[in-house]
Amino acid sequence: MSQQIATTPQQFEYRGEDAQVLPAGKVTLHVENVSKTFVSKGRIVEALRPVDLKVAAGEFVCFLGPSGCGKSTLLSIIAGLQEPTTGRVWANGKQVKGPGTDRILLFQEAALFPWLDVQRNIEFGLRQAGIRARERAAIAHKFIETVHLKGFERSYVHQLSGGMRQRAAIARALAIDPAILLMDEPFGSLDAFTRDRLHTELESIWAETQKTILFVTHNVREAVALGDRVLVFAPRPGRIVREFRIDLPRPRSLEDHNLVDQSAEILQVLRSEMVANEEEENDGTGR
Amino acid sequence: MAQVVSEIKHHSTPQWGAKVLRQIAFYLVLLLVWHKLATSNLWSPGTFAGPLDVWGTLVERFQNGTLITAIAVSLRRLAIGYSISLVLGIILGLAIGLNRYFDETLGSLILGFQALPSVCWTPFALLWFGLSEQAMIFVVVMGALFSITLGVDAGIKNTPPVYIQAARNMGAHGIALAAQVILPAALPNIIVGLKQGWSFAWRSLMAAELIYITVSLGGLLENGRDFVDASLMFAVMLVIIVLGVLINSSIFGPLERIVRQRWGLQK
Repeated sequence: MSQQIATTPQQFEYRGEDAQVLPAGKVTLHVENVSKTFVSKGRIVEALRPVDLKVAAGEFVCFLGPSGCGKSTLLSIIAGLQEPTTGRVWANGKQVKGPGTDRILLFQEAALFPWLDVQRNIEFGLRQAGIRARERAAIAHKFIETVHLKGFERSYVHQLSGGMRQRAAIARALAIDPAILLMDEPFGSLDAFTRDRLHTELESIWAETQKTILFVTHNVREAVALGDRVLVFAPRPGRIVREFRIDLPRPRSLEDHNLVDQSAEILQVLRSEMVANEEEENDGTGR
Repeated sequence: MAQVVSEIKHHSTPQWGAKVLRQIAFYLVLLLVWHKLATSNLWSPGTFAGPLDVWGTLVERFQNGTLITAIAVSLRRLAIGYSISLVLGIILGLAIGLNRYFDETLGSLILGFQALPSVCWTPFALLWFGLSEQAMIFVVVMGALFSITLGVDAGIKNTPPVYIQAARNMGAHGIALAAQVILPAALPNIIVGLKQGWSFAWRSLMAAELIYITVSLGGLLENGRDFVDASLMFAVMLVIIVLGVLINSSIFGPLERIVRQRWGLQK
């Protein structure tokens, strides 16, 4: 299997884990030697091996990998919700010391507050910032239109579909006007049709707002459809194994054969990593 | 969505009607059996009363005002005691739920107190406050306080961490985080505690009123025993049942339903 991959011609650029990628344009996020280890049942678990990463302002970067590969851990460290074991993160010129409104995290479960209606959910961050009611309402209306939720301002979370919940969560994040959106498998629990629509909408929101987006997913095609760059993670220990630059024209279509080909390539890399990993574990030559 | 709702209604209406008919039939039979038992001379006079006697007593006692006064006195005690429990319970619950040291110390003490039936406080209440309103209110507070505290505590501990993470990420902290996120997120569990607290408080108040006789529902019930007036005892018990059912179905039932629905805990 691994031989088969070795003979596959690479039609696009990729880099090994050691390569330091310098994106074009202004760097908005700098991850320096960040790793995470923790002790579980007396054993040291490497959740994430040291990572170096620079992300340019306005870039769309996807973290791709199976569960347990450290991709969500890295996102959470960048969000400031977890402390790294080693290393530092700089976001927007400041070192990350905790959560901040310049980096908003979005979750798979949307995490909208069920006791607030859609509009009050979207206003939540603005309210914390002490913005006055009239201005809050104006900002909320703007982003309700951006995510096509007009008419649902007074709806509660239990009255919304999964896709609408994610739209509301995106509006809630955009209302705070963060430089960076951190999306942790936001569309993971949606059906394929809804997910496709939200890909298109997210792409156009991204193009319009020029936000930097870090997007965690275990769906290869989703990563290729959305990302300027795709970082491939492998589990046990969690680490980045490859990096792909996706230069396909936008807006992208999941049916585009170039996109399908690139997805297949990345999937092969991911599979061979998993196989190598398992063999290593079976040999007992691993950790 | 509206379509789905109307379908459910349409579908369930005949069943609902049949259910009510069965219930009416059941209670009619029950009244008949009760009446037959009361007229069977199995009991000595004054120790049992039929539905007609009880109805007569109810009408008489409502007309001369003794029942209305008794209801007002008992409900007032309940309302005052329960309000005090509510305020103290939320404060204590927040302290235990949010602070590890309070949890380890105060939390275990409150768990212990919760295991003590609150009517056991009545002797102390009478000793400390004498024969007074404070004694009765104290018993109500002891009945509701620990349930409410533990409800708030459970609510905080069961809050999905994503709500807290999302809120902190959006700049919420301190009192704003507690008031706008932690407390509302804990509401489903808090309501369970409120409901349990009210039923404990109601039960212990009735028990305490049997011991400390004043013009109150418990006092009136004890009066019935003193004057061997079974009709009065049945009437007071009926009033206690109806009040309990009314408070449950008009306050706690709807509150629980709305919150469970909005929090996505039931369809």
